[in-house]
Amino acid sequence: MKAFSWPRLLGRIGFTMLVLCIVLFCVFPFYYAVLTSFKSSGELFQVSYWINHLNFSNYQTVLGRPSFLRSLFNSVLVSTLVVALSLLLGLTAAYALGRFDFKGRGSVLTLVLGVSMFPQVAVLSGLFEVIRGLGLYNNPLGLVFSYTLFTLPFTVWVLTTFMRQLPKELEEAAIVDGASPWLTLTKVLMPLLWPAMVTTGMLAFIAAWNEFLFALTFTLTDSQRTVPVAIALISGGSQYELPWGIIMAASVVVTVPLILLVLVFQRRIVSGLTAGAVKG
Amino acid sequence: MSTPATDKLRTAAPAASASHPKGRLSRTRVRAAWLFLLPMLVVLLLVAGWPLLRTIWFSFTDASFSTLHEAHFIGLENYLNYDEGEWYGVLADPQWWGAVRNTLFFTLVSVSLELVLGMVFALVLNAQFPGRALVRAAVLIPWAIPTIVSAKMWSWMLHDQFGILNHLLISLGILDTPLAWTANSSLSLWAVVMVDVWKTTPFMALLILAALQMLPSDCYEAARVDGIHPVRVFFRVTLPLITPALLVAVTFRVLDALRVFDVIYVLTSNSADTMSMSVFARQQLVEFQEVGYGSAASTLLFLFIALLTLAWLYLGRKRLQGDL
Repeated sequence: MKAFSWPRLLGRIGFTMLVLCIVLFCVFPFYYAVLTSFKSSGELFQVSYWINHLNFSNYQTVLGRPSFLRSLFNSVLVSTLVVALSLLLGLTAAYALGRFDFKGRGSVLTLVLGVSMFPQVAVLSGLFEVIRGLGLYNNPLGLVFSYTLFTLPFTVWVLTTFMRQLPKELEEAAIVDGASPWLTLTKVLMPLLWPAMVTTGMLAFIAAWNEFLFALTFTLTDSQRTVPVAIALISGGSQYELPWGIIMAASVVVTVPLILLVLVFQRRIVSGLTAGAVKG
Repeated sequence: MSTPATDKLRTAAPAASASHPKGRLSRTRVRAAWLFLLPMLVVLLLVAGWPLLRTIWFSFTDASFSTLHEAHFIGLENYLNYDEGEWYGVLADPQWWGAVRNTLFFTLVSVSLELVLGMVFALVLNAQFPGRALVRAAVLIPWAIPTIVSAKMWSWMLHDQFGILNHLLISLGILDTPLAWTANSSLSLWAVVMVDVWKTTPFMALLILAALQMLPSDCYEAARVDGIHPVRVFFRVTLPLITPALLVAVTFRVLDALRVFDVIYVLTSNSADTMSMSVFARQQLVEFQEVGYGSAASTLLFLFIALLTLAWLYLGRKRLQGDL
């Protein structure tokens, strides 16, 4: 056993305080949103630090609005389709980039990396034109299409990185057996890539769920919006009386599934983020 | 990028293709590779390449949203134009330069704060203590929250009359009167920085933590045996070893911060005090329907980011060659 010493004890206390500060800093704003969402409109104007009683009226109001439910549905639809589309395109591209040796491979990878640096606003007017040309303006499908701008680059990069780590013998055996590249990809490589696909799929889902600028610009009517835009546009009688209780209830509804997802898949997400960034 | 293994593969490839059947096999393989790449390339062309070219073209025209197809070429007028003793165009627009200043200030201050705080978080998470997994989970929460939601949450906490931050600071005796965090022109940009730091520090912390966990433990053993103070170890051993990872993380954050839009738009809408380059461009494009003018601003932002990326890639390559 180590001898008792004051500096040691003070160090311990200091460290614990630091940890508590970090946790408070990270969790408090969300806790406060939950607290506000349980307040009636009269209680809003009294600051409190604890949840005294649960008042569900804000949740009833939000979930009773057809337009909000519709936005939730749109968000789920858009994010799911974005995940499917970017995994499909990302997987085929990563197969070519990770398992084949050909001229121009490096240039394609650089190009994809370059796209991930694009400021969204730089493609706004041109993309608006393309989306209108495809007849997808004010349509969630137009959003699905436009979101590949930022989901595809990291999907391709992360999947390529993982694809390259798989042993070459697997594929050689498949080629010797006469399997086509498509069969090799779907039957041999894909089963091994599930962890990477779950990670990238989740990152794509979160990115699509949170996107704001395109959703704000490429949709027009309440029924076609996604939740971030719906929340940003919740307004009260005037600019100065925003219904904060309702806004916070909507925010909690939108955020809780995401937080659960992130906490459950913590390790995968961290590994995906670092693979994408460190290898990029 | 080229490891000894890939180099060996590359030199082996021509030898293999010399024999006829294998050459045909490799040709079909190359064709298959491009076939697999094609869908992604087509989509990227449609969402990135073509729209970017159109934006650049629009910036040389008098296009507005209703007359996109009847735009006329007007040269550099959207950028800079001299007419009857006055300069016009984005480059002569004081609001644009205000937006440039705001964006640079935001990027510099928020990325520096995130770097320092992220480092502290990462060092704490790298230590062994009971409940570490829980703290790590708590740190992920801000990252998981949509930017719009975090901006709304904070604008409620920063509310001038009923906000908890003013209440807290007044009851602690730090403030006498409540502050209008998001409306006061000298405070609002700091409020934006605060929200961004809260939201993005976890990302930074996780990247730094990953780098810390890859460090070899033997240098630390040696330092401990020699009785060197931990602070000295940090600056002499840890910091130099994780600098490459820090550079990558900072680059990502800088490129991201330069195109900031959501936080600012939701927290302070189109206020000139906090307007970033993206907010300026979008306001011109969508709200004023000045597609030509807005595209000129977007093109300038794109050029700025592209030049920065190229410079970084160039320096990175140079440094790598220096190492070899």
